[in-house]
Amino acid sequence: MTTLTPVLTDNWDAERAWTLAAYEERGGYAALDKAFAMAPDAVIDVVKESGLRGRGGAGFPTGMKWGFIPQDNPRPKYLVVNADESEPGTCKDIPLMMASPHTLVEGVIVSAYAIRANTAFIYVRGEVLHVIRRLQRAVQEAYLAGHLGRNIHGSGYDLDLIVHAGAGAYICGEETALLEGLEGRRGQPRLRPPFPAVAGLYASPTVINNVESIASVPSIITNGAGWFAGMGTEKSNGFGIFSLSGHVRNPGQYEAPLGITLRELIDLAGGMREGHELKFWTPGGSSTPLLTPEHLDVPLDFESVGAAGSMLGTRALQLFDETTCVVRAVLRWTEFYKHESCGKCTPCREGTWWLTQTLARLEKGQGSEADLDLLLDQCDNILGRSFCALGDGATSPISSSIQHFRDEYLAHLTNGGCPFDPAASTAFAPVGASA
Amino acid sequence: MTTTPDRTEVETVTLTIDGVQVSVPKDTLVIRAAEQVGVQIPRFCDHPLLDPVGACRQCLVDIPDAGNGRGFPKPQASCTLPVADGMVVNTQATSEVADKAQQGVMEFLLINHPLDCPVCDKGGECPLQNQAMSNGRGESRFAESGGVKRTFPKPIAISAQVLLDRERCVLCARCTRFSEQVAGDPFIALAERGALQQVAIYEREPYQSYFSGNAIQICPVGALTSADYRFRSRPFDLVSNQSIAEHDACGAAIRVDHRRGKVMRRLAGNDPEVNEEWISDKDRFAFHYARQDDRLRYPMVREDGELRPASWPEAFAVAARGLRDAGAAAVLTGGRVTAEDAYAYAKFARVSLGTNDVDFRARPHSAEEAAFLASHVALSGGVTYADLEAAPVVVLLGLEPEDEAATIFLRLRKAARRGRTQVVSVAPMTSRGLAKMQGRLVPAVPGTEAEVIATLKGAEHGVTRDAVILVGERLAQTHGALSAAVELAATTGARLAWVPRRAGDRGAVEAGALPNLLPGGRPVGEASARVDVAAAWGAESLPAKVGRDGNAIVASLLKGELGGLVVGGVDPDDTSDPAAFRAALDAAGFVVSLELRETDVTRVADVVLPVAPVTDKAGTFVTWDARARSFDAVFTNPSSLPDLRLLAGISEELARLGQGRPLGFRTVAEVRAEMRSLGPWDGARPALDAGKPPRPAKAPRKGETPFALATWKQLVDLGSLQDGEVHLRATARTPVAALSAASYESVFGMLDAEAGAPLVTVTGDRGSVTLPAVVADLPDGVVWVPARSFGRGVLAELASPGSAVTLRQAPAALDNAHQAVKGATA
Amino acid sequence: MSLDPQTLAELHEIADRYPEKRSGLLPMLHLIQSVEGRVTPEGIEVCAQVLGISAAEVNGVATFYTMYKRRPVGDYHVGVCTNTLCAVMGGDLIFERLKEHLDVGNDETTEDGKITLEHVECNAACDYAPVMMVNWEFMDNQTPESAVQVVDDLRAGREVHSTRGPRLCTWREAERVLAGFPDDRADEGPAAGPASLAGLKIAREKGWTAPEGEK
Repeated sequence: MTTLTPVLTDNWDAERAWTLAAYEERGGYAALDKAFAMAPDAVIDVVKESGLRGRGGAGFPTGMKWGFIPQDNPRPKYLVVNADESEPGTCKDIPLMMASPHTLVEGVIVSAYAIRANTAFIYVRGEVLHVIRRLQRAVQEAYLAGHLGRNIHGSGYDLDLIVHAGAGAYICGEETALLEGLEGRRGQPRLRPPFPAVAGLYASPTVINNVESIASVPSIITNGAGWFAGMGTEKSNGFGIFSLSGHVRNPGQYEAPLGITLRELIDLAGGMREGHELKFWTPGGSSTPLLTPEHLDVPLDFESVGAAGSMLGTRALQLFDETTCVVRAVLRWTEFYKHESCGKCTPCREGTWWLTQTLARLEKGQGSEADLDLLLDQCDNILGRSFCALGDGATSPISSSIQHFRDEYLAHLTNGGCPFDPAASTAFAPVGASA
Repeated sequence: MTTTPDRTEVETVTLTIDGVQVSVPKDTLVIRAAEQVGVQIPRFCDHPLLDPVGACRQCLVDIPDAGNGRGFPKPQASCTLPVADGMVVNTQATSEVADKAQQGVMEFLLINHPLDCPVCDKGGECPLQNQAMSNGRGESRFAESGGVKRTFPKPIAISAQVLLDRERCVLCARCTRFSEQVAGDPFIALAERGALQQVAIYEREPYQSYFSGNAIQICPVGALTSADYRFRSRPFDLVSNQSIAEHDACGAAIRVDHRRGKVMRRLAGNDPEVNEEWISDKDRFAFHYARQDDRLRYPMVREDGELRPASWPEAFAVAARGLRDAGAAAVLTGGRVTAEDAYAYAKFARVSLGTNDVDFRARPHSAEEAAFLASHVALSGGVTYADLEAAPVVVLLGLEPEDEAATIFLRLRKAARRGRTQVVSVAPMTSRGLAKMQGRLVPAVPGTEAEVIATLKGAEHGVTRDAVILVGERLAQTHGALSAAVELAATTGARLAWVPRRAGDRGAVEAGALPNLLPGGRPVGEASARVDVAAAWGAESLPAKVGRDGNAIVASLLKGELGGLVVGGVDPDDTSDPAAFRAALDAAGFVVSLELRETDVTRVADVVLPVAPVTDKAGTFVTWDARARSFDAVFTNPSSLPDLRLLAGISEELARLGQGRPLGFRTVAEVRAEMRSLGPWDGARPALDAGKPPRPAKAPRKGETPFALATWKQLVDLGSLQDGEVHLRATARTPVAALSAASYESVFGMLDAEAGAPLVTVTGDRGSVTLPAVVADLPDGVVWVPARSFGRGVLAELASPGSAVTLRQAPAALDNAHQAVKGATA
Repeated sequence: MSLDPQTLAELHEIADRYPEKRSGLLPMLHLIQSVEGRVTPEGIEVCAQVLGISAAEVNGVATFYTMYKRRPVGDYHVGVCTNTLCAVMGGDLIFERLKEHLDVGNDETTEDGKITLEHVECNAACDYAPVMMVNWEFMDNQTPESAVQVVDDLRAGREVHSTRGPRLCTWREAERVLAGFPDDRADEGPAAGPASLAGLKIAREKGWTAPEGEK
């Protein structure tokens, strides 16, 4: 039985947790002095040793990313926090920044110090007003307390931190598109190479990390690399916030070591809603292929979920019970990708346009079984052919749902339309309602 | 492939493409390496002169080995992938994966494409159409499954010239990238997103660019079309000829597409050493002048005060008799003739008229300039476009490349964008072109250029022996400035090149169409040079006295010291003093005009000989960088004769009358042979003598603060070679009067940012013009107006450049101001 | 030009926050919306002027991001999440109900200029599904009835609070905060809603903690 390990969420229930006073009362900003006593490279080494891997979905080792910054490059270095949390199902960074923005600010200071950046940015999606308020306030408080600005804690280290609100574009979660947005441009991904570590923001060496990754850094500095590496699985170290949503009794944030299973998490969350059972789920947002109840015991770490045919992603566990029509769910996600496709590359731009039309017809019971092969072929022509991962992500729900639920697609054809009652799957449906 | 050849040894990389081993320079992109083995990978967004973008994904290939023993799991875009040693590439020719990937992308591209090829101008020369045939599937699964296409209203005008059909657009962004990266005019940009993404202007700002036609040309579909060419013809009905643009001294390669004796359109040619693949809109669209209603079709002679048609022999005979009887005669060639024609004019003056009174400079000029052309321009060379790109500093003196030498502008902007070249300009203000080259202004009040140039020797300007100094023809307007430029080059070791505005100017220098120069850079003042030429021409001797320049010819005609005049393509309003020039035409005893169209010269001439436009003759334009750019006739038109043939005809008649000798040639080929055999002068170059300063300008009327007049011609203006193309002319920049903030306030009172552009009346000794006033970074006491964007232009209707003018606020609704604006934009 | 000198000064102030001015464009457009109620042509021109870029480039950016509106937005922007999870959990029904109740279509504004209704994509509050955003504040765990109540209260001028945030301000006031000019509401509302604390609550109950750190 895996137990929960609240670290990042540990102070969320504190009185006025978002304030500097509350944060410092629990030892906040102590990691700064510990870090400043170390050489920047030593801080990078600690993060490397901890095995922290990017919490934004891709799982790239954070310390290694920092080590890619060419310190002999005379241009300024930048740290950019990716707080553009927009992947459907993902809802961990927003509550973190709302409840404890100082955890992130402290992480920014330590991380920026490590990569020798004197300017850092938090690119936060614009549609979360109160989160932005809390970040703005936290940064202001940190400046006033001497945690930001010139000669921080007498270390001689300077750092400016700018909170930058986005304006509505899922694609800006892609790190190079985010940089475009931060440079005041259309959020379309950039060609790589050059990678941001070499030529990122303003063509300068830039590290872009997810909120949760950066927020994890102070605890690693405070508690040690071994402490962090001691949690989780062999290659997926540490803890992470698991976000349960959908037809589970107690949806919410569950911070646990990587490797916990969905079965364990559903148990903690009080089980599926009464009278219903799990039908399909996403392990890490809509861009990760759907899994089914047969995957309930897959350890939720990067390797195991990958081996099960999906991706750990952002640990955005969207749970759907048997009242949910998978075709409807997949069509809606596909419409999302079509809406969010930046337009830069052909396969994603045109492919999502076509996919939605094919799926919409299928959902209405039109078309034929051959359309399933057409869908799979379209996906084949998008996956790995697009400019960035958005196009790949768009194919995940389609390919995986046809793999697991081919019969349900066909049922739409034989039924002449959707056989499900959408009312039965709502949160406000009467107990016991069924499709 | 268009890249400027590199002189240094390049490192090569060896890879295998479709089983064929090939070595290419390091950093070559796979898509271009494949061309080396004869494989054309389909592409849309890729363009060798634009930054790689990898957007369309049409060029996907399979890479089983990236050169490190590991392959890419998914197909890669070959337009963004550099080659690597040992890399293995399988294109659609050998890889099913690559072929399927390409077919998949092509299918996607076509789902939202209207497939309106039968009514599309691009049909027949469309990369989408062609590659859909070669790399696509025959049937559309999208259409079969009842797919609904995205639609847009049919074409919208994004400028007076360019139309955009968004349905056809495949969003390759070539046009927007060209505009931003090459032209520096980001007035089109991608807007919206996803499948609704589209190229767009800002609703209140048209796509105003001197280079917009290039965006049309590189559009791989029919999304961008020109108002000028739209619906005019089918590509397969066109015949194409290579030629050279006649609008400036840059020598841009062009392709002339014609049908049944009529030019339908012009495109940029591909010449990596000159214009790469770009031309200005003037080079592209300004060709209608040759088929205007006022085109001269037959020779005419004046009888009883009226011009009447004549046969060629009669016209030659009348011209010869008239010139003989008129007494001393002079020759003005204009700056647009080919080198061969200029040579004929130069020889005609010496051999048939016995004079050195010949000048090609149909613009303000000076004796200092003639000396400079003899000492530092004739036979000079060695500075090339590639050198501009390599130089750490390029100094512009009296030259606005975007307006006056567009190909140079693009090359300098390319160099500046790479951050290797700093452009430094001695000018009255930071022009839009200079700003786009990130150039540094060294401000100069007109008339003070010599002193300002002298300051450039200071180390802070970075003018070293690696620098290049480009001297524009306008520098001749200030006494001492050319000498200062020469001095700057001598002191710093920087190389110097002269950049005239007109296509024929440099060739005319080499051909000896100057009072102080014989062909091949031979100084008139050198006896041995004269003997040299006389021997070649079979003449006993050549006139020894240095001749009159254009200004002196005009003055002498007015004084009666000259009686006859042979005029090539000279617009009186281009000359130093248009009124004096017109008076000189009236005063002349006999005028022979060789012209294309009816002008103020032909209207008073005694004999009018129609000349062939560039499409009807072979010729050579010598560029600013001493490149002889020869071209052949596009059309064979027996009644359309080059200037040299007409001059030969007159010379033969004159010889018959006992004056001079026949020119000894009748064809372009014969002239070329003669020029070759004469060859260049191998004696010492004459020294540059600045001569005496001119008389000081007239003081303005009492009580008015004088402003120094700065001016140059904008690329698109009222010049007669742009006649007949209304859409091009409508893209001209609105004429304005620019002045400093302090000067503005001295005229209008307080500077009010919200008031828009109020009208100012500029008054000089030749007239007044009222224009909207704008603030720019000019020195106080200087006003800039465009030279040929209103009425008959600055020289005819305002004042001489550099002279004193006065300014006053004009009532807002003044009619002539609106007309002035309309004149340039209508 | 309808923009006042103060706004112009603030636009410059935004641009000056960044190492390179153009980075200010997104917040600048938020400020334009707070002043003009949408991205107006004047706003585009002024941004272009302040940043020294073309209006076409500003237009390209303004039309890329969905938070920028070309038509006037009401006092309250109501966004109903209809991405898959919220849609399934009831977002679709809520959106249909509001359309009917307000008599507007998607991205339209009520006649009284109070409410602009739009369906929005995932807003990172899936554990509170179905979610509705009002001026980008969370309205968690909605039902068609609760959503109707919210818009009715807003139209009637009654004070409405985010379910885990502050009193709702107007859309224009919200846009000003996004432009980087904070209001004084950061301290309103709780640190976290109940779902955010679900795991922590269990850990507290069971006495679970992360391991002790190294010395």
